[in-house]
Amino acid sequence: MQIDIKTENSILIVTIEGSIDSKTASEVQQGILEGSVGSDNVIIDLTKVDFVSSAGLRVLLMVYRQIKAKNGKVILVGVSEEISEVMSMTGFINFFEIVDTVKTALDSY
Amino acid sequence: MAESNFDTRIDYYPTHEHEGIKYRRGHVLPFGATMVPNGVNFSIYSSAAISCTLVLFEKGADQPYAEITFPEEFRIGNTYSMIVFDLDFETLEYGYRMDGPFEPEAGHRFDKTKILSDPYAKAIGGRDKWLAPPNWDNIYPHRSRLVFEDFDWESDMPLETPIEDLIVYEGHVRGFTQHESSGVKNKGTFAGIREKIPYLLDLGINCLELMPIYEFDEYEHSKTNPETGELLINYWGYSTLNFFAPKSGYAATGKFGMQVDELKTLIKDLHKNGIEVLLDVVFNHTAEGDHRGPTISFKGIDNNTYYMLTPEGYYFNFSGTGNTLNCNHPVVRSMVLDCLRYWASEYHIDGFRFDLAAILGRAQDGSPLNNPPLLESLAHDPVLAKCKLIAEAWDAGGLYQVGSFPAYGRWAEWNGKYRDTIRRFLKGEEGLIGELSQRLQGSPDLYSTRGTAAGINFITCHDGFTLYDLFSYNEKHNEANGENNNDGNNDNFSWNCGCEGETDDAGINILRHRQIKNALSILMVSQGIPMILMGDEMGRTKYGNNNTYCHDNDLNWLNWSLIDKNADIYYFARHIINFRRNHAVLRNRDHFRNADYKGTGYPDISFHGTQAWNADWSESSRVLAIMLDGGHAKNGYATDDTVYFAINMHWEALPFELPHLPQDKSWYVSVNTDMPSPYDFHELNNEPVLENQYSCILGPRSVVILLGK
Repeated sequence: MQIDIKTENSILIVTIEGSIDSKTASEVQQGILEGSVGSDNVIIDLTKVDFVSSAGLRVLLMVYRQIKAKNGKVILVGVSEEISEVMSMTGFINFFEIVDTVKTALDSY
Repeated sequence: MAESNFDTRIDYYPTHEHEGIKYRRGHVLPFGATMVPNGVNFSIYSSAAISCTLVLFEKGADQPYAEITFPEEFRIGNTYSMIVFDLDFETLEYGYRMDGPFEPEAGHRFDKTKILSDPYAKAIGGRDKWLAPPNWDNIYPHRSRLVFEDFDWESDMPLETPIEDLIVYEGHVRGFTQHESSGVKNKGTFAGIREKIPYLLDLGINCLELMPIYEFDEYEHSKTNPETGELLINYWGYSTLNFFAPKSGYAATGKFGMQVDELKTLIKDLHKNGIEVLLDVVFNHTAEGDHRGPTISFKGIDNNTYYMLTPEGYYFNFSGTGNTLNCNHPVVRSMVLDCLRYWASEYHIDGFRFDLAAILGRAQDGSPLNNPPLLESLAHDPVLAKCKLIAEAWDAGGLYQVGSFPAYGRWAEWNGKYRDTIRRFLKGEEGLIGELSQRLQGSPDLYSTRGTAAGINFITCHDGFTLYDLFSYNEKHNEANGENNNDGNNDNFSWNCGCEGETDDAGINILRHRQIKNALSILMVSQGIPMILMGDEMGRTKYGNNNTYCHDNDLNWLNWSLIDKNADIYYFARHIINFRRNHAVLRNRDHFRNADYKGTGYPDISFHGTQAWNADWSESSRVLAIMLDGGHAKNGYATDDTVYFAINMHWEALPFELPHLPQDKSWYVSVNTDMPSPYDFHELNNEPVLENQYSCILGPRSVVILLGK
């Protein structure tokens, strides 16, 4: 798994490539939470993510809870149909705003 | 993950190491495998093992990657516990080996060559996808797994609907949506049910009772039907592998190990829509069978504790399935309690229906107890305090406790006598009016001190004929089960209306539809809690098979196109369900007093026949009418319209003289099952006034329901 973190207009943009599962979840979590110290809003780009396991979904929800506690907003980008379906069946999808591109996400803040 | 306050805890770090696995002394409670900082706490009980070994697998691997025998100092009393560090929560599979005596006559069947599943495991691997071909050489086929117990319920909680207001719909997770016609994306799963919530709302039910969803092995006792070549399996699932784990094969996400989240999401959504969830739970036996059966868990961990054994060390068989769980052993009782608390708190389950619950009242030697500790514990448990507790108040050992089940002011029960009385009356038997009136009133003869809400009224359930088949078959037709039609109940009290099975005879088909509407009407106007079987609202058939436990096909899959084929039945069912929900007078919690204690000028209940105020209780009578005074609704705590319903099971039409209403009120027609659709019922609050306010003709074998308002 690759993770790239940058900030644009004080919005944290996290781009992930690969799978988010129990082996990589803590790295994702740590990366996002450390990166979001100065920003209340987070965009997570999952366009190049092929699988999110149970542990991975929990990291996304943990990020959501922590950002929401700061009155921020988490937007997911490029969620594949399969991941989106799993998120829907397991209830995780209800917590997130999901858009197609990072640009749309940036425009929505 | 590391929080600074945890870093300071000594038990955050290992003290032992074996083959690269780090571990330390664990916590005795809770039993099972619990995620703790940096690791997993394992704890298990055995009263007679001489040693215990924890066996660890990488998910799906043939062989374990580590086995750690509990050091003697990790044993406290009869429990073994340890914390193992650095485990992958998602890919870990674990089990135990127990060493001890193999002395069946003394109750011990230890076998250290077997890897045993944890009785407290929260998920079980091995049957991740429904009917996926298993690896029969697997040394550990039903593997214990870990689950995340951090579901975000937001504001959800169990609904706590008053039990007398429930309308229960008994369904099977797979059967509900597996049929092609269901139109859902993920057929046969929890997610599939979720897609059908709008349907349940349209129908009007407010409680979904799910046939067993604890992990079971659909391949248990599987065999091929010699005549058809069809695979017969354990489809219904009344055979538990583990009491804490939801069935993975019922989840579309089971292949990803997310069945827990999928089920919780379903429950959360049902709650959001006002629908409670009851689980049909099977605590009377397990999937390990008798002395010839497999050793999966309990048998190898502590046979003597978990099972009722004969003095010779064989298995008592009060369940009819090989073994009997030793429910009133204090350790087993605790497990059952832990299990139900877990489902009530972690899954927000609203209540439980206990399969063959009479067994839960038997002592360890099988004799019925006067004051069964398990039933008493459940009734008074703080976590379960608002859960519905419903007993199937009989067992396969001949104990029949309908009306006498130890209730402790809490327990309700499936009213088997309701089913039998209503069936016999509907098929036209004489001499039943007295008993019928008891059933319609909530069976005060059975539940004199327990109130109407003690009885779950049903005419059909998964066991036995569907409602359509009840009026289409005189005899069971179980040939497809491969047992020469010897299985299944012979006392069905059914009547085929003139032809065995499907027919083109229009008159017979009209009568069948009418009988279904009669049955649904009687069920919905009876005091007590009505339960309908999945599909009865659309005339579902099982082609006369009254014991379809083994079929993964159209015999058990609901064919949704029946809604179109039997549209009149569906519309009627929907009406009568909503009629009940709309009329509080039908939903008392306590029995009628047969008195006008509110001063309305009418008693709370009155009995009529072809003559008002003069019911015909004679042996040859087939008619009864009941008037429920709206001023006495909800035992006098609510007001409603007055409801009058008349039942004529004579084969000829009969005039019924109507009781007079106060001058400012009139009779309105809600239901007349003698009328062809769409005139068999009238929309709520849009009922036409009855032309003749003094008398009403009831067609042959029909029901009329009037509102006085």
